[in-house]
Amino acid sequence: MYDVLIIGNGGAGLSAAISLHNRGFDVAIVSKTNATASQTSQAQGGINAVLGTNEDSVQHHINDTIKSANNLGSVESIIMMCEEAFDTIKWLDTLGVPFSRDENNNIAQRQMGGASNKRACYSADYTGLKILHTLYDTALALGITFIDDSMLLNLIIEEDEVKGITALDIKTSEVKQILCSTTILASGGYGGVYHNFSTNSSATTSDGIISAYNAGVKLENMEFVQFHPTALKDKFILISESARGEGGYLVTKDEKRFVDELLPRDIVAREIYKKQLNNEEVFLDIRHLGLEKILHLMPQEYKLCEQFTGLKMDKDLIPIIPASHYTMGGIKVKSSSSTNINLLYAIGECSSNGVHGANRLGGNSLLEIITFGKKLGDTLCISDTPISNKIYEQFLQDKSMIEEEFTKTSKKDFYKLRDNLGKLMYENVGLFKNEKNLNEALEIVKEYKNDFKNISCTDKSKVYNTNLKELLEFKNMVICAEIIIRSALNRCESRGAHFRSDYQDTLEDFEKNTIISYENAQLNIRLEDVK
Amino acid sequence: MLNKIIVCEKEYSIDEKIANILDVLVHIKTTQNNSLTFKYGCKSGVCGSCAVVIDGVEQLACISSIKNETTDIKPLRNLEVIRDLVVDDSNLEVKLVQAKASLEEYTDVTVSQNDVDKIDLQSNCILCNSCYSSCPVYEVNKDFIGPFALARAYRYINDNKEANTKEKYDAIQTNGIWDCTLCGACSLVCPANIDIKNDIMKLQNLSVQNGYENPAFSSSGDDMFGGFDSGADFGFNPNGF
Repeated sequence: MYDVLIIGNGGAGLSAAISLHNRGFDVAIVSKTNATASQTSQAQGGINAVLGTNEDSVQHHINDTIKSANNLGSVESIIMMCEEAFDTIKWLDTLGVPFSRDENNNIAQRQMGGASNKRACYSADYTGLKILHTLYDTALALGITFIDDSMLLNLIIEEDEVKGITALDIKTSEVKQILCSTTILASGGYGGVYHNFSTNSSATTSDGIISAYNAGVKLENMEFVQFHPTALKDKFILISESARGEGGYLVTKDEKRFVDELLPRDIVAREIYKKQLNNEEVFLDIRHLGLEKILHLMPQEYKLCEQFTGLKMDKDLIPIIPASHYTMGGIKVKSSSSTNINLLYAIGECSSNGVHGANRLGGNSLLEIITFGKKLGDTLCISDTPISNKIYEQFLQDKSMIEEEFTKTSKKDFYKLRDNLGKLMYENVGLFKNEKNLNEALEIVKEYKNDFKNISCTDKSKVYNTNLKELLEFKNMVICAEIIIRSALNRCESRGAHFRSDYQDTLEDFEKNTIISYENAQLNIRLEDVK
Repeated sequence: MLNKIIVCEKEYSIDEKIANILDVLVHIKTTQNNSLTFKYGCKSGVCGSCAVVIDGVEQLACISSIKNETTDIKPLRNLEVIRDLVVDDSNLEVKLVQAKASLEEYTDVTVSQNDVDKIDLQSNCILCNSCYSSCPVYEVNKDFIGPFALARAYRYINDNKEANTKEKYDAIQTNGIWDCTLCGACSLVCPANIDIKNDIMKLQNLSVQNGYENPAFSSSGDDMFGGFDSGADFGFNPNGF
């Protein structure tokens, strides 16, 4: 039993854990992955903040973020995040994050898409990795408990209050209940639903979001999925925005440019996808930058490109493709990160607190996870109700659900269904959506849901059963896919990352948040005014 | 054409078009053997989950390719195998705590890019455990603090924002820097190209400069290695001191 249980060991979870521990609370972090394997490790570009060392201002940062959010963001959350950004960077600096420096020994900042100034602080092109590992080192030194290899199954809710979670111990296949006073979900996004078509880690399977949804927690704006224009073709490895920012071109096979490369991500991604639909390949061309500059600006990318394709960025055209990259929607929370269930909070990519609205600004995701994580840790009020030690019904249900998987015969191969789901989501619920394609996808996803009774793990060993883990992940992905599709069908307009080819205009009537809830065993969707 | 892949001594035939080792493992798991057990995550060499031994050398599966008609894939060495390619990596927490690898006391000093460059490479470590798998000292002495934790200790000792390095030096003297044979196996396998052996040598030099002593040269003669001539070392090492 813990004061606070945090699900997810990425930047958001670790920041909250450190702050809570420093306030004297007993904190444990539960995760299905290793402590430093979270999605945060893949963030390259930087973390936005106005440091007062150039002509930038907090108001500019606020304005840029609001603009990117396309009128769907929460102004209150945006102002809070931008105003606290300086303190966030200072805090990370004091923990030891080795931020790159400029010639005046100030923290160096670079320009990112959509920003009116050089605003993104960075650590070479490993910003997320270095932040993550510094937070981990700090958490370990403080003695924070890590419960790894444990996959969240369900929230334990009683009388509209969360009492803890049930989790699958992957090492033993045992189900356990972990009880606490307060629960924080920091479990990452849902980009992995676009299986094989995403730059995200294989772990981003929406587990936290779906367990919250199943427990009656409201979700928000799940139709907003950001696609990155430049992933390596066939591999879906990210080539960061800096490649275009530094003067790279996007060209067709005959080396002709076809789009202003510096337009926002979603527009560039759609232009590339149009070519793809015409069976035309698209390439990134940065040969003119020269080897020296390429190695200085993007050493990681140069290495990855060579490793995965055998191509050299200074000599070859690099085939690229847009890929699902970041998910704006998630668990609906207030600016305090509280959900509609008592004592349950959500932070990081799994949450929707309104800072990104219809589209995320580059450099704001790292800022969001650290700022909201730390802020929640600094301000959270812990319930003083004693934790009951009883066996909850949810635990018994989940225990028998897992036991059943060990006796059930699988009649269908869920790995095939998972591949099909990823392709379906990319093609029908991707950069261009329309009613026909969305409805077609919805029908197929419903079939997958019906197939839940026919699929199981074929590996019946209880020791580190990744087949079972992937089965449970797949089920979450399917439920999440249905939510994304239904949300996208309901939004008959185009806004930010959501583009409907049958409703291409941005409409005032839809200047509203999509609210999704699971009530009376049904998915309910409605629009709610932006506050 | 088919390539032969041996994973944990079991043979599979895989279309040669699938060249990436992680793709091969995923292909086997999803089409031939659902029970094959391994970990992976980012697919781009930064999450540290998929380190395995490929043809005798520690590598990240996600950034390695098939190079021969037959490829042998085994779990990391020196760590208890839980199942197939998954090993018990609880040493990560234990060793980092043992090495006191964190910023303990922040001091507000001017930091230049030159200062950052000194710890840049070491702070790229992804905790993949390849170095522990390759380490002959860790193989025989599980109390050895070991490569990545020492590299990380060096990263914080060398960080000019750290005001309190005394405890860090103290932490790495026993079962630490002096137990390393400086064989360099860790440096060879590090996917982040960290020259860990070199960092450990630097820690030895810095320790001496700060008044610490190599126990092998200790005059008392009753330390655990029994002095310089005891022969209880891990063999003669020309790079050693």
